[in-house]
Amino acid sequence: MEWKRKDLLGLEELDKEEIELILTTAESFKEVSHRYIKKVPALRGKTVVNLFYEPSTRTRVSFEVAAKRLSADVINIAAETSSVKKGETLIDTGRNVEALKADIIVIRHNSSGSAHLLARNVGISVVNGGDGWHEHPTQALLDMFTLKEKLGRLKGLRVSIVGDIAHSRVARSNIWGLTKLGAEVIICAPPMLIPPRIEAMGVRITHDIDDALRDADAINVLRMQFERDERNAFPQQIDYFRHFGISTERLKKAKKNIIVMHPGPINRGIEMSSEVADSANSVILEQVTNGIAVRMAVLYLVSHAHDKINEATD
Amino acid sequence: MQEKAKILDRETIQRTLMRMAHEILEKNKGTQALCLMGIRNRGVYLAHRLAACIKGIENAEIPVGVLDITLYRDDLTLLTPNPVVHKTEVAFDITDKNVVLVDDVLYTGRTVRAALDALMDLGRPKSIQLAVLIDRGHRELPIRPDFVGKNIPTSQNEFVELRLLESDGIDEAVIKQKKT
Repeated sequence: MEWKRKDLLGLEELDKEEIELILTTAESFKEVSHRYIKKVPALRGKTVVNLFYEPSTRTRVSFEVAAKRLSADVINIAAETSSVKKGETLIDTGRNVEALKADIIVIRHNSSGSAHLLARNVGISVVNGGDGWHEHPTQALLDMFTLKEKLGRLKGLRVSIVGDIAHSRVARSNIWGLTKLGAEVIICAPPMLIPPRIEAMGVRITHDIDDALRDADAINVLRMQFERDERNAFPQQIDYFRHFGISTERLKKAKKNIIVMHPGPINRGIEMSSEVADSANSVILEQVTNGIAVRMAVLYLVSHAHDKINEATD
Repeated sequence: MQEKAKILDRETIQRTLMRMAHEILEKNKGTQALCLMGIRNRGVYLAHRLAACIKGIENAEIPVGVLDITLYRDDLTLLTPNPVVHKTEVAFDITDKNVVLVDDVLYTGRTVRAALDALMDLGRPKSIQLAVLIDRGHRELPIRPDFVGKNIPTSQNEFVELRLLESDGIDEAVIKQKKT
């Protein structure tokens, strides 16, 4: 199996073998972060530009750490402090970054499809760090990596995704990836937070959190994005915890070894109680560590595929 | 690629490894601070066999590590298809150890150069030595082995292939020649 894409834009367009290749490559990269010298020269001389139009600490820092552990040079551009403020378009910004002879752009943008748009308009590699409500492929990959590491497989697992599915790119990427690798996916949320026609993605819908927890091997709890709630459509925070929050009492009714995941940042006491977040079932901090290995694998694979494509056309 | 000659068979390989094990012990005056580091893939099998020989001679276990040098290569983009990155597995600290690098065939020396960089990132060994089952010449870098199983003079259009029980179901080394 060979990786042939210059970009990683989403899990929708990947086949099962491509996803598996990223996960196995990430297994090899995990060891690097445990060394005394946490660095390999694989991307020496390459430049990675983090182009972030939305606030993000976790994802940006994780990409930055991943690139640096591969010996790449990293430049961070935050939209608030760049020419975007002066009205420069995404495509123009992308082409300027390309003219600086950067090799990879990691883009985070609030419009769905922005990573695809950029990838069509630049010759260098583009990695989607989250586009609108569409996809967040590396988050889903690190969730899947963590599950596979903890449970030894993905095929046949029952994974429940709880929370604001409608506005969640993390949910969408997880659904694409997990179903392709043979896991069963259940989504659980209040009706107004479930997007229409989501069943077509091959998931089961429930509005009952106890139903979602029953027999689940893992539960992925999404953050309630109250800052996006312009229409006041969300339930009150306290109501949300009562009906959908993961508490110790609720967890007692689930499988004893159920894995509890959260993409962060956690709203303690809203999506889950503090006890659950810090319990032995929680792998939330391991997800952060695994995110580095997964992003190293992605940067490595797209970079080499890009070099290959260029050689072939030279 | 046409098979030209068989240069090592099963018994020869085993005797050669036993001799190399003796030489490693002689040079290092025993197993104190000694460890072996196999370069993926066949170097790893050879390192384990050398460790077994050493156990037979000195009745001491020495640590064996696995080195994947893909990320350290200088010719990454020249190789097709994309080389798959495998795990480096070194469960012990190599600092102040006498590390014997083990590989199957020594040719240009570029693999060994990459392995040296990889080792230095893992710690600061007291010394690094090089053991290869076959040295076929044509070095492009100033690298020389400390322990050689067999020197086999070759031409550039020949290719030396070592097959091992662990990966290929048979123990033998052959010379192949490119069809002209």
